[in-house]
Amino acid sequence: MRKLLLTWVFLASPAFAEGQLKVYHWFEYIPDDLVQKFEAETGIKVTIDTYDSNEAMLAALKAGKLGQYDVAVPADFMVGIMAAEGMLDSFTPEEMPNLGNIEPQWLDVPFDPGRKHSIPYQWGSTSFSVNRDVYQGDISSLATIFDPPPELSGKINVLDSQNELLILGSLYLGIPQCTQDREALKALNDMLLAAKPHWASFGSDIAKDVLVSGDAAAGMIYNGFSAKARAEGANVEYVYPKEGHVVWMDNVVLLKDAPNRENALKFMNFLLEPENAAAVTNYAAYTSGVIGVDPFLDEAIKTSPENNPPEGITPGVFAQACDEETQRLYDAIWTNLKK
Amino acid sequence: MSPAEEQALRASARNGWLLSLPALVVLALAASGPLLIVVYYSFLTANDTGGVIRQFSIEGWRSIFLSYDIFEDRYTLADAHLKIFWRSVWLSLTTTALTFVIGFPTAWFIATRPPSQRALWLFLITIPFWTNLLIRTFAINEVIRNEGILNTTLLWLGVISEPLRIVYTETAVLIGMTYVYLPLMVLPLYATIERFDMRLLEAAYDLYASRWTTLRRVILPIVKPGIIAGSILVFVPSLGAYVTPRILGGGKKMMIGNFIELQFLQGRNWPLGAALSVLLLIIVMAALLVYVRVANRDRSAGHG
Repeated sequence: MRKLLLTWVFLASPAFAEGQLKVYHWFEYIPDDLVQKFEAETGIKVTIDTYDSNEAMLAALKAGKLGQYDVAVPADFMVGIMAAEGMLDSFTPEEMPNLGNIEPQWLDVPFDPGRKHSIPYQWGSTSFSVNRDVYQGDISSLATIFDPPPELSGKINVLDSQNELLILGSLYLGIPQCTQDREALKALNDMLLAAKPHWASFGSDIAKDVLVSGDAAAGMIYNGFSAKARAEGANVEYVYPKEGHVVWMDNVVLLKDAPNRENALKFMNFLLEPENAAAVTNYAAYTSGVIGVDPFLDEAIKTSPENNPPEGITPGVFAQACDEETQRLYDAIWTNLKK
Repeated sequence: MSPAEEQALRASARNGWLLSLPALVVLALAASGPLLIVVYYSFLTANDTGGVIRQFSIEGWRSIFLSYDIFEDRYTLADAHLKIFWRSVWLSLTTTALTFVIGFPTAWFIATRPPSQRALWLFLITIPFWTNLLIRTFAINEVIRNEGILNTTLLWLGVISEPLRIVYTETAVLIGMTYVYLPLMVLPLYATIERFDMRLLEAAYDLYASRWTTLRRVILPIVKPGIIAGSILVFVPSLGAYVTPRILGGGKKMMIGNFIELQFLQGRNWPLGAALSVLLLIIVMAALLVYVRVANRDRSAGHG
């Protein structure tokens, strides 16, 4: 009996059979069932560590974790940076049979022409949400978080993400990204410093929880995260502001020196199956870049206001990667804001 | 001393060194090695996407004190950095004072219980150590947040009409650090108070000392080593605190620890982060040196 039990244990723990996969991923971004499904199908044992910003992920990999992980999930501009730094491995179309499942508009993207290092994970937008129980007024402008009404002052959480916060601030002031115009940057700096006293906190991983718990009445947030806050009972409305919003796409990349390259490719290919891509979307409430997910999507996700912006909104913008000299100017503004 | 004795002495000295060699090697590699790397990195050039370029530069050290003002195109005093340093020192000193004010009566109370009960009270003091710091900090967050236990209770009692905004302020950081580091103050205080000869109190009262005078002139001088040890034990980790200001300060009220993290991650300025780490170390060592000085002076004064 005991022997039988042992055999069963060994059969049930695939780590011994097909090896491992080390994933470096955002927090709260992949459903456990899907990971288990992959483990059951392939016999590969998956380990996931999480990060809460693109910059943190880049820094950790540079600090010696490259070579320990097989795949990571950077946003569009970060894929470009990592490729330029030589941190990505490439694959051939033969190694990725499901490459054809990628929606055509996401296949030949500027940050990874021809998709040699990455596949789409999810895409979505970043702007802000407001708790409608607390504030019923007009929230169509980014002024709601940068120059808030008294009802929201002191009850706002902003993402602890330099890129996205500075881009939204620039959109609010009508300043282009990656500018060196000192007048414009001074205006951005002053506007942010004036807005800071209205903010309760800087936090990315807490962005949803503070809205649900009521500790924050408004917050800069990702569209899917806001949808989850709404699903968890907060009466929050996600806004596509009239000044514009940030659009992003997160991508699964094959890391250089991946210890389990074969398994990483299997995992990426697995994520391109419509049913699996849909499972991520149903969990994270963003949009996948994969063809044929519709039949597998939950009705609530398909029709959510966060994923279906009204007609005629101002289109979103992708983050641009600035050159080093310009980037330093933005870094200075960020340090000044955070002190 | 005969030659044989001399030789035996030298052999024993050599054996002593040889025996301690493994420990010395481990110390050198595990303690000094990483430190030297940090010092080395603080003199390199920052790479714009993180990491360092192996090229000598004092920019990391200079930018602690002087920062380049992008709007005026010149170097100005780095008030952002100095503000964070000042906040860290101020918060740590206040934490030390608060833990003393709360910890001294606590330690006195425990030390004056019957010996059989003291173990139980000490045991209660150490219970928080069973749980991870992160979890204790989140617990404090749960108490003081806007919709937390404290505010809902006070609202229910009608003491306040709208929630006190404590979380994500310096007050929240102070509450968190005082709670977390309190045991580190109570334990050394207890150790000295326990040895305190209570007959001295009777003697003081017999000589018409008031309670205040007794506390000031008799008790405090005798338990001073405990106070200093407790203060150092609280001050040093407070200065490098990372988790508490991060969670309870809401990313708005940074302390040095958070600022160092910022340089290694989003700021992508490793030399500055390394220089700040070394500076923090220097401050802590200065505090410890002061402690050793004061402690030594006390000892020689006590015997003299």
